Amino acid sequence: MFTIIGNVFKNLRSKYATRLYPYEVRTPFAGARGKLEIDPDICIYCGICAKRCPANAIAVTRKPDKTWTLDPYRCIVCSYCVEVCPKKCLHMNPKHRSQE
Amino acid sequence: MAKNTIIPFGPQHPVLPEPIQLRLVLDEERVVSAIPVVGYVHRGLEKLAEQKDFLQDTYLIERICGICSFIHSLTYSMGIESMMGLTPPPRAQYLRVIWSELHRMHSHLLATGLLADSFGFENLFMQLWRTREHIMDAMEATTGARVLLGTCCIGGVRKDVSEELLKSVLQTLVTVEKELDEHMPVLLNDYSVKQRLCGVGILDKQVAYERGAVGPTARASGIAMDLRTQGYAAYGELDVEPMVETDGDCYARTKVRVRELYQSLNIIRQAIGKIPSGSINVPFKTKPDGEVISRAEQPRGEVLYYLKGNGTDMLERLRVRTPTFANIPPVLAMLAGCELADVGVIVISIDPCISCTER
Repeated sequence: MFTIIGNVFKNLRSKYATRLYPYEVRTPFAGARGKLEIDPDICIYCGICAKRCPANAIAVTRKPDKTWTLDPYRCIVCSYCVEVCPKKCLHMNPKHRSQE
Repeated sequence: MAKNTIIPFGPQHPVLPEPIQLRLVLDEERVVSAIPVVGYVHRGLEKLAEQKDFLQDTYLIERICGICSFIHSLTYSMGIESMMGLTPPPRAQYLRVIWSELHRMHSHLLATGLLADSFGFENLFMQLWRTREHIMDAMEATTGARVLLGTCCIGGVRKDVSEELLKSVLQTLVTVEKELDEHMPVLLNDYSVKQRLCGVGILDKQVAYERGAVGPTARASGIAMDLRTQGYAAYGELDVEPMVETDGDCYARTKVRVRELYQSLNIIRQAIGKIPSGSINVPFKTKPDGEVISRAEQPRGEVLYYLKGNGTDMLERLRVRTPTFANIPPVLAMLAGCELADVGVIVISIDPCISCTER
């Protein structure tokens, strides 16, 4: 009947299993898909990323101005765009989007 | 004879993680029958999949379920691969097994945790979910995401895992096994837990068979049915046996999950021990054409995909039969004749995933 008692005492002695997020943030894993970022100097605005995006989160225009826009609320962070980018100007930042 | 009363159980209920309504026909405190009402989280994913190309669908399909996401994309990929005549490289097959089994472990820990919560054992619930975090971390380290791994693709997998990371997964398994050894005797041997689970929600083997039960629900009723024994991905080269119990009650279903947790530990260790080196995917230029039925064993049971391609980028039809959909008729049989207070435990004992069911 008292099978969990030992565990209760162990927990009283051990450290917290949780962190005081957002004051204490865990270091992201290397290679984690946190958020999508672009290097606009390399981008040729070909629009392949926008065409392949499963969530239609990316919009690319060439005329009148060259623009690349990401809707972060639509992005599903799958990194498919990173894979198909011919110039490799897209990359995933392991750090997640924070409260802004 | 007293007049029967109908009371709604759900769609919002402290015990239910997801919305399903069961209209319980009661005679005093005893349930006479239950009428299920589904449709609260229907998202039209099957229709949406027909409007995206088959490569984009891999990511969409994964979002059918937030627990067994990888196995959804795996089953879909296996279907498309068989339509296009592709054979993924052996390393990809082994990685698929490793991620599938990590998913099974985190799903079973989640399910047993929720079961503990459903009968009021919150301490055990939190202990099990704390153990689950180790597995979530292992998945994030190896794939880059906690749940929606996004690593399965047509022709193999998208991401290779280095030897160091595979070793770290083995280290994680040691920690998880140590914690399981601590918590599982509580779940299986505690007097009050047994009082709530033993003899509750009994599903007879014949009824389970007739009503089409799948997964741990069927195995707990004595049906030795586990699709992994058919040898898809790399399961054919690993030692996999269905975990069968014969009592058919909530305790037996829990016991099946506990035994499968240890089995998954064993399978991952076997897979990491045998994983060959080499490429992780095969290139292709063809489009899916024809019809195929693809099946795989999810933590909750067998998932079935019907795919129909017409030689273009878009699929003509995609149909998903998820395990919870198959397990709803058996749970109605379990509920007939039970006490009202046991309804929550019985429903949670099949590990329902309503978002999966309604797609």
